[in-house]
Amino acid sequence: MTTKLLTALLLGTGILGTVGLAHAADVTLNIESWRGDDLTIWKDKLIPAFEAKNPGIKVVFAPSAPTEYDAALGAKLAAGSAGDLITCRPFDKSLELFKKGNLADLSALPGMENFSPVAKAAWQTDDGKASFCVPMASVIHGFIYNKDAFDKLGIKVPTTRDEFFAALDKIKADGTYIPMAMGTKDLWEAATMGYQNIGPNYWKGEEGRQALIKGEQKLTDADWVAPYAELAKWKPYLGDGFEAQTYPDSQNLFTLGRAAIYPAGSWEIGLFNTQAQFKMGAFPPPVEKAGDTCYISDHTDIGMGLNAASKNADAAKTFLSWVASPDFATIYANALPGFFSLNSNPVKMEDPLAQEFVSWRDKCKSTIRSTYQILSRGTPNLENETWVESANVINGTDTPEAAAKKLQDGLDSWYKPGK
Amino acid sequence: MAAETRPKRPFRWHIGVFLAPALLVYTAIMILPLAGTLQLSLFRNIEQHQVFVGFDNFRTLFGDPNWSVNFWNALRNNVWFFIIHMLVQNPIGVMLAALLSSPRLRFAAFYRTAIFVPTILSFVIVGFAWKLILSPLWGVAPHLMDLVGLKSLFTPWLGKEQYALTALSLISVWQFIGIPMMLIYAALLSIPEEVIEAAECDGITGMSQFWKIKLPLILPSIGIISILTFVGNFNAFDLIYTAQGALAGPNYSTDILGTFLYRAFFGFQLQVGDPNMGAAIATMMFLIILGGVCVYLFLVQTRLRRYQF
Repeated sequence: MTTKLLTALLLGTGILGTVGLAHAADVTLNIESWRGDDLTIWKDKLIPAFEAKNPGIKVVFAPSAPTEYDAALGAKLAAGSAGDLITCRPFDKSLELFKKGNLADLSALPGMENFSPVAKAAWQTDDGKASFCVPMASVIHGFIYNKDAFDKLGIKVPTTRDEFFAALDKIKADGTYIPMAMGTKDLWEAATMGYQNIGPNYWKGEEGRQALIKGEQKLTDADWVAPYAELAKWKPYLGDGFEAQTYPDSQNLFTLGRAAIYPAGSWEIGLFNTQAQFKMGAFPPPVEKAGDTCYISDHTDIGMGLNAASKNADAAKTFLSWVASPDFATIYANALPGFFSLNSNPVKMEDPLAQEFVSWRDKCKSTIRSTYQILSRGTPNLENETWVESANVINGTDTPEAAAKKLQDGLDSWYKPGK
Repeated sequence: MAAETRPKRPFRWHIGVFLAPALLVYTAIMILPLAGTLQLSLFRNIEQHQVFVGFDNFRTLFGDPNWSVNFWNALRNNVWFFIIHMLVQNPIGVMLAALLSSPRLRFAAFYRTAIFVPTILSFVIVGFAWKLILSPLWGVAPHLMDLVGLKSLFTPWLGKEQYALTALSLISVWQFIGIPMMLIYAALLSIPEEVIEAAECDGITGMSQFWKIKLPLILPSIGIISILTFVGNFNAFDLIYTAQGALAGPNYSTDILGTFLYRAFFGFQLQVGDPNMGAAIATMMFLIILGGVCVYLFLVQTRLRRYQF
C-alpha cells in the first residue's frame, strides 16, 4: 500500500516536472484586474481565443477584490511584482499611474485607431496627447424592472417622472412587491445607482458636467440639487430596513422577485439573466415631460494598459492590439452583456436586455459620471463624499440643500477652476 | 583593597550573543518600521519627490477642517468604542471567570471553550456573520425577536447613525470576551488555598469573599487587561472594515482611527492614497497609545499593591 502510494507520488511529481519544462519556453502574461466575476469568461472564452491565434503566449487572469484592487495594485507596482497587463480604472487613478511611470504610453499601439476620442478620453493625459490604456467597455445606468410584476399590476413602462412615481405608488399600494430594491448601507449604491443615474437628466449631461469642471456651475445650483430632492422622495419606496441593506441584498431582493424596480448599472445584466426566474425589461431614467431630451450615464469604466516594468512588453503589446480589435469586442460584449464595447465598429449583441440598454445611445445623449474627471483629485474626495451624502439624503440625515452645500464647500476648499 | 587584587572578569560575550537574535528581529520588524513611519510623516510628496516639510502634515491634520473634523470624529468614536469595551467586556469577563472558577459549576471546560471560540475566529467571519444575523432582510435577529413579540424593537442597527458604532462595539465585545475571561480565570486559580481557607476561618464566604479577598488579588490582572483592551481598541480596524467598509458609514459614524488611517494611507475608490498624511495619522495613533500606556504604567501600576506568596 505504502509503496504504491510512494510510486504514485513519485510518478505524479515526475509528470508535473515535465509539464513545467514544456511550458518554460512560453511567455506568460499576467493580467491584474478587479473583475473577479469575469474569471470564467476570461479563462473559457477570451484567453483561449487569443492563445489559439498567438501560440507561445500564455495569459493568466489574476483578479483581486474590487475594493482592494487599487491599494493592492499600488503596493504590487511599488514592489515590482505586478502583472504585465493592468486593468485600468477610468481617469485619475490610471492617470496617476501613468505619471508615476507605471503605465506605458500606448498612443502608437496598432488598434488604437478603432476608438473615438470620447472613448479614449478616460485614459489620456489632460491635453489628450498620450493614451495609456486600451478602452474595453462602458456601463450604462438605468432601471431594470420585473416585467411579470408590471404586467400583473397593469403598469406601463414610465417615461416621465410623474409616471415613474405613479408606478411606484401603485406597486406600494398593491403590497406584493417592494417597489424599489436599493439600500444605503454600502453608500455607493445611493450615489452610483441613484444620483449618477437620474442626475444627467437634470444637469443636461455633458453640458452640466463640463460647466462644473470649468467652474461655471456649482453643486448648489438648482440643477445639481434637484436630483437629491428626487432621491429623498425614494425613501418610502425602499424595503424595510434599507439602511442596513447591502448591495448583494438589493441584487438578491430583485432577482428573487421580491422587488419590482431595480436602479441599475448595465453590468448587472449577466448576473440577473442567470438568477432571475422572471422576464426583465429596462427603461432609462425618466425625464420631466414627455418629449424632453433624455441623458444617460454611459460611463467609460474599464480599460487595459501595459505595466511599464513588464519584462514581456512585446507579447503584452500583441495582446493589447488584440484587445483593441473587433474580434475581442464581439466576444467580450456577448460574453459580458452589459459591458458595452467602445469600439467604433458596431458590435452585434444577442442579449435583449443588453440591446435595450445600448439602444438608448441612439435616442439619448451620453455622458459620464460627474465626479470622475478631475473633480475627485483633492481632499476631501468628491466621489467619496458623494457616496456619503447621497446615502445621507435618502436616510433623511441631510436635506438635499445641506448635502449639496457640504459637497460644494468640500470642492471649493481645493478646486480652483481656471487656474 | 580586595577589589584591586581580584582578577579582572572576562567580558561576558554570551550575554550579547543570547540577546542578539531577539534584539535583531525586534529591531527589524518593529523599531525600523516605526521609525520609518515617523520619518514618513515629516515628508510630503511634491512633484513626485519626497520633500522634508517638518510638521506641516500635522499642521494640516489639525488645522485644515477637511482633515481635523474627520480626525476628531474618529478619535471620539474610538473613545466610545473603548468605553463600551471597558464597561461591558471586562466586567462580564471577570464575572464569567468567577463563575467558571466556582468548584460547583458543571461542564466548566465546555463553557470555557465555547466562550473562547469567537476569539480565534477571523474578523472577516465575525463581521460577515453578524452582518447576516442583524440583516433586516434575511437575518435571524428580526425573526427571533418576532418570536418573543419584540419585533417592534428591531431596527437595522448597522445602518443607523445613532446605533451602528455601539452595535459594532458589542460585536467586538462578543468576539473578545474570552481574553479577559481566560486571564482572570488564570489569576483566580493562582490564588493560594491558604488565603481562601484563612478567609473562611474568619467567616468570609460567598460574595463577600469575592469582593474582599479575590478581587483585590486579581486587580493587577484587571489592570493588564485594561491596557490590552486600550491598545487593541485604538489599533482596531478589521471589524469596522469588514462590516461597514472603508468609508465607515453611515455618515462616518463608525469611523475609528484605524479606518481613517486606511483611507488616508491607501486611498479608497477614487481617492488616491497619501502615505505621508497616513503616516502622520499613524504617528498620532502611536502617541495616543503611548500616552495611554504611560499613564497606566506610572500612575496606576505603581499604586497597585502586589501580593507575594
